[in-house]
Amino acid sequence: MGKKTRLSGNEAIAYAMKQINPDVMGAFPITPSTEIPQYFASYVANGEVDTEFVAVESEHSAMSTCYAAQAAGGRAVTATSSAGMALMWEMLYVTSSARLPVTMALVNRALTGPININNDHSDSMGARDSGWIQLYSETNQEAYDNYIQAIPIGENGKVRLPVMVCQDGFITSHAVENIELLDDEEVKKFVGEYKPENYLLKKENPLAVGPYDISNYYMEHKKQQAEAMKNAKAVILSIAKKFEQLTGRKYGFFESYQMEDAETALVIIGSSAGTAKEAVRRLRQAGKKVGLIKLRVFRPFPAEELAAEMSGVKAVAVMDKAEGFSACGGPLFAEVRSALYDVKNRPFAINYVYGLGGRDICVEHFEMIYDNLFEIAKTGNPGEVYRHIGQREQEGDK
Amino acid sequence: MAYSLKQQVEKPERFVGGHRLCAGCGAAITVRGVMRALKPEDKAVVVNATGCLEVSSFLYPYTAWEDSYIHSAFENAGATAGGVEAAYRVLKKKGKVNETFKFIAFGGDGGTYDIGFQSLSGAMERGHDIVYVCYDNEAYMNTGVQRSSSTPRFADATTTPAGSIIPGKPQNKKDLTAIMAAHGIPYVAQTTFLGNFKDFHEKAEKAIYTEGPTFLNVMSPCPRGWRYETEDIAEICKLAVDTCVWPLFEVVDGVWKLNYEPRKKLPVEEYLKKQGRFRHMFNPGSEWMIEEVQKHVDKKWEALLNKCK
Repeated sequence: MGKKTRLSGNEAIAYAMKQINPDVMGAFPITPSTEIPQYFASYVANGEVDTEFVAVESEHSAMSTCYAAQAAGGRAVTATSSAGMALMWEMLYVTSSARLPVTMALVNRALTGPININNDHSDSMGARDSGWIQLYSETNQEAYDNYIQAIPIGENGKVRLPVMVCQDGFITSHAVENIELLDDEEVKKFVGEYKPENYLLKKENPLAVGPYDISNYYMEHKKQQAEAMKNAKAVILSIAKKFEQLTGRKYGFFESYQMEDAETALVIIGSSAGTAKEAVRRLRQAGKKVGLIKLRVFRPFPAEELAAEMSGVKAVAVMDKAEGFSACGGPLFAEVRSALYDVKNRPFAINYVYGLGGRDICVEHFEMIYDNLFEIAKTGNPGEVYRHIGQREQEGDK
Repeated sequence: MAYSLKQQVEKPERFVGGHRLCAGCGAAITVRGVMRALKPEDKAVVVNATGCLEVSSFLYPYTAWEDSYIHSAFENAGATAGGVEAAYRVLKKKGKVNETFKFIAFGGDGGTYDIGFQSLSGAMERGHDIVYVCYDNEAYMNTGVQRSSSTPRFADATTTPAGSIIPGKPQNKKDLTAIMAAHGIPYVAQTTFLGNFKDFHEKAEKAIYTEGPTFLNVMSPCPRGWRYETEDIAEICKLAVDTCVWPLFEVVDGVWKLNYEPRKKLPVEEYLKKQGRFRHMFNPGSEWMIEEVQKHVDKKWEALLNKCK
């Protein structure tokens, strides 16, 4: 099994889609995810997949196509980034509320305002309440592996929710890395056939989708969606277990790196975790007890598991690659700090917003962050908890 | 077999009673008329843009539709229909679906002329085998009679009220049927409720059974928004046709064909005076408005006759 090769993150996703051989792809190009529908269109043009590729006139229509195709009884996929996903926004909610497990490859890019084509997580973080499962990837391998796992997670009868598989624009989408691919047959078997109970094209039982839901029913439907998201936790773990049996590659809600005896820790998402791990390695060599948690699953949010993992830590820095404009921290910080509330002797928690619009973050930045955490642990004074790192300061800024 | 309205209405209804549309609603008449044109043995998936029809026909847990039905949002009935049709093509190829399904999208003028225009244009250009039916009642009726690009000039709508300075909507109605014909799709037609519905029925049948994307624009009056007596709907439609405000024509593979030429073209005021939305045009000193409308209708009619030569 397995084939070792080198692929960009975009090609790895397109290749996973090819192996999944979905019924419909609806997509519209946007940097940096454009290559995914491009690669896929060539598979279609060369008869390597059975998929109907619908090259729509906008991302709103892309998600509408996927919603409708999945409701009709097909398996639908798409790929997008940034403003493209923002244009889908309305349909993200429509799709999740209709319990249609569409799978999206999201190549994270900063949301426009001003326009910027580089990576941060403002697109997917903005959609965090849309009812989609969110899986994040540090590497091309993880993006590929997450995409294949996304299908059986979303389609599970207890879940039936759409899934977005996120990777960092340009950083992994365009960088070529070593990767191990599954055989086509292994993927086919792993994802299985899409067999919905009810669908529009079921001849013996017509179906109506997308009702006007008055206040007598709306709340029950939302509660069911919330329950489905809770159910997704166990399903994500069981699919990860099966995937590990197949590939030897281990996945969970998050990856713990040097956390066993860590006194200070980072919580981080995506490709920057690789840079942060190098800082951990250097600091460990210097005898500092530092650790790192790389979050893979942001929705559903593994609050209890994270809290347990951080219960022995003295100070934590939560790294947000998205600005939330809450005036008190980024979206990941809000979640993590809330998760820590019930921990006995809970650690200090501070927030760093970093990397917006593709701003670099380096090993030295992370070393400085760990230094700050040790200082907080020593003095018991966290100071300003909502911080930004890596930007130029103007006179008068804090 | 010759067309018989009696035989047609004896077919089992595919859009059944119990929906919440107003008495005399043009949308319901349009839907029933289109659904009658389906062969009884053929299945259908109905796609619906948000609007009166949607919120009145599928209130959870009730549906008035005998066929499969999907609503997604206001501006995307075109893309939604295309998505269902794309899945159908694959599932048919794979042998997972064996029956013949037809795909019929319904949208009001808000969902068709305006917010859903891009999605409609895209779906038509991509060549999906779908029918898009606009039930055109010339304003956003679901939210309370706001102007649309289909609202005719001078009409009193809630966002273009007939005021002392601005006498109703300043702009002329968008000619959407011509725009759809310009897409080069195999079948485009304009109709309304006239006589025994022969024109309507034949156009619906052609739209459904012509392969590829087709577009049907149906003037579907709204008694509340147009402010006429509910029972006068047939007369309103007849006047729209006989004044040439709403001509009946079709465009088959790019060839324009006029389907009805009034024996005597009536003056537009015959149509306008029946409706409360145009009442201010009959106040003393407003004669110029009627003249403007007549000029516009005459110009469009001449242009249509030229296209249909």
